[in-house]
Amino acid sequence: MGKTLIRGAKVLGGEPQDVLIDGETIAEVGTGISAEGAEVIEAEGKILLPGLVDLHTHLREPGREDSETVLTGTKAAAVGGYTSVHAMANTFPVADTAGVVEQVWRLGKESGYCDVQPVGAVTVGLEGKKLAELGAMHDSAANVRVFSDDGKCVDDAVIMRRALEYVKAFDGVVAQHAQEPRLTEGAQMNEGIVSAELGLGGWPAVAEESIIARDVLLADHVGSRVHICHLSTAGSVEIVRWAKSRGIDVTAEVTPHHLLLTDELVRTYNPVYKVNPPLRTERDVMALREALADGTIDVVATDHAPHPHEDKDCEWGAAAMGMVGLETALSVIQHTMVDTGLIDWAQVADRMSFRPAAIGRLEGHGRPVSVGEPANLTLVDSAYRGAVDPAGFASRSRNTPYEGRELPGRVTHTFLRGRATVVDGKLA
Amino acid sequence: MKRHLISAADLSRDDAVLILDTAEEMARVADRPIKKLPTLRGRTVVNLFFEDSTRTRISFEAAAKRLSADVINFSAKGSSVSKGESLKDTALTLEAMGADAVVIRHHDSGAPHRLATSGWIGGSVINAGDGTHEHPTQALLDAFTMRRRLAGGEGDLNGRRITIVGDILHSRVARSNVHLLTTLGAEVTLVAPPTLVPVGVETWPCEVSYDLDAVVAKSDAVMMLRVQRERMNAAFFPTEREYARRYGLDGERMARMPGHAIVMHPGPMNRGMEITAEVADSPRCTAVEQVTNGVSIRMAVMYLLLGGNEPALSTPSTTSTTRTEENK
Ligand SMILES: [Zn+2]
Repeated sequence: MGKTLIRGAKVLGGEPQDVLIDGETIAEVGTGISAEGAEVIEAEGKILLPGLVDLHTHLREPGREDSETVLTGTKAAAVGGYTSVHAMANTFPVADTAGVVEQVWRLGKESGYCDVQPVGAVTVGLEGKKLAELGAMHDSAANVRVFSDDGKCVDDAVIMRRALEYVKAFDGVVAQHAQEPRLTEGAQMNEGIVSAELGLGGWPAVAEESIIARDVLLADHVGSRVHICHLSTAGSVEIVRWAKSRGIDVTAEVTPHHLLLTDELVRTYNPVYKVNPPLRTERDVMALREALADGTIDVVATDHAPHPHEDKDCEWGAAAMGMVGLETALSVIQHTMVDTGLIDWAQVADRMSFRPAAIGRLEGHGRPVSVGEPANLTLVDSAYRGAVDPAGFASRSRNTPYEGRELPGRVTHTFLRGRATVVDGKLA
Repeated sequence: MKRHLISAADLSRDDAVLILDTAEEMARVADRPIKKLPTLRGRTVVNLFFEDSTRTRISFEAAAKRLSADVINFSAKGSSVSKGESLKDTALTLEAMGADAVVIRHHDSGAPHRLATSGWIGGSVINAGDGTHEHPTQALLDAFTMRRRLAGGEGDLNGRRITIVGDILHSRVARSNVHLLTTLGAEVTLVAPPTLVPVGVETWPCEVSYDLDAVVAKSDAVMMLRVQRERMNAAFFPTEREYARRYGLDGERMARMPGHAIVMHPGPMNRGMEITAEVADSPRCTAVEQVTNGVSIRMAVMYLLLGGNEPALSTPSTTSTTRTEENK
């Protein structure tokens, strides 16, 4: 691998600088760096970010290769500017043993487009009854640090308490999908004005908030850290804000779609808007944006959830929940957070790279753009404007809620340890 | 009129009055010795029922046949087609068969909307009840019944006070009626235990009360909704007896209604639950009349959606003219 000179990019949105990549690492950062022997990327006006890190990705392999594989999912990740993704455990079989997490980890290594950090299930089969072998998954080659039954809530308070305590032995974290199951039986969308009119089963905000409230109190009690997946309501924001003010070790994520879309879209009955947790109201969206800006919400996570066409080309009630998100995440964040003046690019780097890597205890990702660091980098053309065209997705699935919507920004280059995985917006 | 009838909210006052007026004309056909019009001859109406409802299906079937349409009954209930694919694949089949109108009953809210907007079929879609969303022809036949009993069979329902009692949360009949009756100028009050009122009801154009006794005396019509006994098991109310006592209509409560006021029920009735036998069998109860009116309303809807702008009652001469023209 040779040298690459990224010339004149605004590093984290700051002053234009040259960044020289030599092999797998950043060799020089400054101005007027010699291009001798290097391939040059003219990056004037573009934003250079550390490679993005996703804490919440569904890669579907093993088991649902019809919707995504580790290979297609990591390609989608690279296109979206990611250099590391956490693969959620709700595969078939469930990633609840060292064997399965090692398989996913190995598939990630083979793909070469993006590092894959498997998430281990908290309980056997995601059933919420019996702890999975958390220690074995951590001790495996996959070195699992994040554990989640995502898709399902660890609703039993005792199991949750034990899991929070147990993973302390290896600095793990439980990522909770906060959804009180009894309050959401038959739930199809956010419970409120729109669900009342549409006659769709309501998914009350309190079903999320009550679990978050319980879990921050549990984490406090046993002195553990806890991570809240895809926070979606204004009330959840208030609880996390309160918990942080008390010094409780809680972190939280928000998805791009919950920062932009509302339950009004469900009036179309188009299942592309069906997602878990459901799209909420305008008031929730605004509270989430504010919380991401002020740091109450630590990170943006995609909850990239690919589904085959037939699982969305049907009536609402029969449709699967979830949206793809890897390839549009940064654009949605630019649109909702940067172009609105809520955060700057340095904060984007923080919420989409530094902090998710820190929560996942990843080494080699979420590092500053400075000499000696691994060259995991993302170059963004923030002036770009274009309509989302799912036909061009690298993901195997097309279930995006943004089809035809004009969004700003485009990843032109992604580097994984010095190797370009994306060049001029296309997979290398 | 639009091409589809999905929601009562899609109907303007004029649309609704036109349907009611047309239904009056259709009702007159029923009084003739030959109860058939040639209006939809050669057109195909499919009754696509994903949920059992013999009452609704035969009402649509009778309506289509009185308009001389070819009727195909397609019951998808119980078929083992994997969920989700069934609606689309069935729709494509019906399209291939040349359905001019699809009358759909489905257990999922929004299924008729999907059918009408997904591009799967080209014909008209008539919602015959979807999940807990809407049942617009039921609301139309209810309005038709009220207009006959309370407003001399013409115009709208301006100022009439209508009380709807029961499981509002799960009722497509209530949702359609709230839209339609308010469009027609009526004042609607919903009465239910708070557990059976949806969160979000505050934006609906109606009043909500938890006290039936407080509203019966000022109601021109009291519509009792069927309440499934199983709701009790999900703690919506403690026991059948308590429900019947607080929210059921018995002779004593009925006696407190104004003299002209009627009792309505979309059927089938749970006698002893939301309505006592005494009330159900009293002359003030319009349940049977509603069934009769249902056929007229569904004739009117199909006629207006499929028949275009011709007069509702094409006389034999105009019909023969049409046929001659076709033969040329
Ligand atoms: Zn989740």
